[in-house]
Amino acid sequence: MAEEKKLFKVTIDNITIEVEPGTSILNAARKIGGDVVPPAMCYYSKLKDSGGKCRTCLVRVAAGSTADPRPMPKLVASCRTNVMDGMIVENITSPAVQEARKGVVEFLLINHPLDCPICDQAGECHLQDLSYEHGAEGTRYEFNRRTFKKHDLGPYIQLHMTRCILCYRCVFTADQVTNKRVHGVLDRGDHSEIATYIEKNLNNDFIGNVIDVCPVGALTDKTFRFKNRVWFTKPVDAHRNCDKCCGEVQLWMRGDEVFRVTARKDVYGEVKDNSKGGPGWICNECRFEKKNASDWVIEGLSDISRHSVISQGKYPGLVKPKETVVEVMNGHSPKLMMNIHSVSEVNKPEIELSKIAGPAHSSDFNSNNA
Amino acid sequence: MSKKLLLEKAHVENIRLYDVYRREGGYRSVEKALKTMSPDQVTEEVKKSGLRGRGGAGFPAGMKWSFLAKPEGVPRYLVCNADESEPGTFKDRYLMEFIPHLLIEGLIVSSFALGSSRTYIYIRGEYAWIVDILEQAIAEAKNNGWLGKNILGTGFNCEIYVQRGAGAYICGEETALLESLEGKRGNPRLKPPFPAVKGLYGCPTVVNNVETLAAVVPIINLGGDEYAKIGVGRSTGTKLISACGNINKPGVYEIDMTISVEEFIYSDEYCGGIKNGKRLKACIPGGSSVPIVPANLLLKTAKGETRYMNYESLSDGGFATGTMMGSGGFIVLDEDQCVVKNTYTLARFYRHESCGQCSPCREGTGWMEKILWNIENGKGKMSDIDLLWDIQRKIEGNTICPLGDAAAWPVAAAIRHFRDEFEWHVLNPDKCLTENYGLRHYADPIHVPVA
Repeated sequence: MAEEKKLFKVTIDNITIEVEPGTSILNAARKIGGDVVPPAMCYYSKLKDSGGKCRTCLVRVAAGSTADPRPMPKLVASCRTNVMDGMIVENITSPAVQEARKGVVEFLLINHPLDCPICDQAGECHLQDLSYEHGAEGTRYEFNRRTFKKHDLGPYIQLHMTRCILCYRCVFTADQVTNKRVHGVLDRGDHSEIATYIEKNLNNDFIGNVIDVCPVGALTDKTFRFKNRVWFTKPVDAHRNCDKCCGEVQLWMRGDEVFRVTARKDVYGEVKDNSKGGPGWICNECRFEKKNASDWVIEGLSDISRHSVISQGKYPGLVKPKETVVEVMNGHSPKLMMNIHSVSEVNKPEIELSKIAGPAHSSDFNSNNA
Repeated sequence: MSKKLLLEKAHVENIRLYDVYRREGGYRSVEKALKTMSPDQVTEEVKKSGLRGRGGAGFPAGMKWSFLAKPEGVPRYLVCNADESEPGTFKDRYLMEFIPHLLIEGLIVSSFALGSSRTYIYIRGEYAWIVDILEQAIAEAKNNGWLGKNILGTGFNCEIYVQRGAGAYICGEETALLESLEGKRGNPRLKPPFPAVKGLYGCPTVVNNVETLAAVVPIINLGGDEYAKIGVGRSTGTKLISACGNINKPGVYEIDMTISVEEFIYSDEYCGGIKNGKRLKACIPGGSSVPIVPANLLLKTAKGETRYMNYESLSDGGFATGTMMGSGGFIVLDEDQCVVKNTYTLARFYRHESCGQCSPCREGTGWMEKILWNIENGKGKMSDIDLLWDIQRKIEGNTICPLGDAAAWPVAAAIRHFRDEFEWHVLNPDKCLTENYGLRHYADPIHVPVA
């Protein structure tokens, strides 16, 4: 008994799951998957101490734990708040959370240049996804957007500071993946920026990974710059023997031409673990120097979400999954999104509920009133 | 004349020097605590005293001390927060400049209670000359055996170090202060873990304001129960108020929290009334972060009761009609002051001081500043006022540290109470450049509905 690990029961948007103590709310939600997973722009599970900054993953804790069922007074960052036994979390079921998230997205966008048409990140940009899901159609910001003095980070990495959302992921990557960090956050407040204080190239062997961790188009691959749109290229998994890194990569190809090399990423856009375990960071040589198909052993098409723009029109002849609903419903067509008036004889669709003063009563539907 | 505990001897000549301070009864509390009390007893006295943190939040100091984790073999730290940067607050500066030994004495007793043998004073970078004063006081205390190894033969070791900040308001937030003290960028940490568990260098740490730690001296000298008799309700002891703005006698005053706001502003013992015989329009009673209130709500609560200078009375009515004690930076605005301009100035300050770590504060503070600049300069629109309200609402509570709240509250309160002044600015884009809205109805008695 004593050796059995106690699991914490946590309920997120009415879905209960058991997780190990020390799990964050975000990771518990990721175990459930689907819509209840809060978006995360700064948290990166492979980077220690990341998270807590962007505030897009805010959730409401409706009950702290079984022992102390009081709600938490403020919305909390789900990526950095650990679950307690009996905790009840509201994400998409809480209007306050949705409202706050909308606010955060607006804040992230007011100074963003919105230059997606010329941005190499477009199509795989987390800020794009976030804005589609939680953003407003227009902006209420009527001022000039912030600009920065340009910094050159060397031949491999292109910095567009105006697109940066200051997630600090690249700072953590340089700290934890490379042996020396030469860039960081300078200045403070709305004029803080990612830069090397003195003009210096980022040339550490693993520094290219900052491109993969960047959720927006602030750090992009200079060797891929303006070469192609990601949705025109076809991602394939490939590997090579590399003495520096795992050598397991994703090639972004068009025909036989390799346009770009990146690490393999999971559904949350994070670097996948490699086959030997541990995050599959790749070295600069694999990323920037091996641009011939003959450098690689190609394993096959990468698994890309059907909903991603990257998979659009990409695979002709792809077999669509068979519709099974009709089959399991004995030949009936599914009526999942049915109009209640069409199946119910009780209601009268011609009666406009919103025009009835006060709550509707059965007498409102009597035929002599209609 | 209300009771003075901290500034009682402030006007004795050369009280800054050890010999004079000692002659006037200084360091008695160290003798009493170290020789006759255990650390837990000292903490117990502070708890009994009901002393509330003087830095702004008003959290009971004794309770904060009792939360300190005490794992075996891990050092514990006491850090004195002297990063006093709140616009309108300058009480700690006065205390440290004129009676530095009072702080040192309080620090030694508190360090003894908390078991901190290395205690830091993190002082605002702009207070450069006070660093010298404090270091001289520390050297004097050390030469006389109050610091160093085996103090008073009790086996208690303690050293005090002074660390200067580099001029960032955010480093007054306790976790940003600890980061800065460790030599890193002064970004606030995410809580939990709280400093009481994982603070400076990952060790349990207590961070207290200068005035809080100085107040430990009279608490030990008088006893916690005696100290708790001063003041009223849960606002025990005395509080330093730094009064500034349009008053006849700006300065630092020690009050025992039983006087009314009206008395504080108009009596000759304190502020001495509004300058040049003008009328009172508004006041920010606790430093720039607390909500601004119009004259009528400052002197009387919404229920029509007299408002007193203490934690409970000032916050009576919540944010709807009340304000906060804050850090005691009492800013008075007379009838000639423009609330829009004042709000703009504060928004500019918070935009400049935001650390930029989390999105709502980084982006929202700058946005609010720009809109307020427009309104102040006759370029605003009616919809801007609602937009401002919406922005502050989306910053408040959604940030890592309280700076976001501190930036949102003044804007929220200004719109809540002075909306017609904002609207007047929008409707009179030319006039507002040359004239002020004036007092209008802001001092009119408030109609109190009969319950």
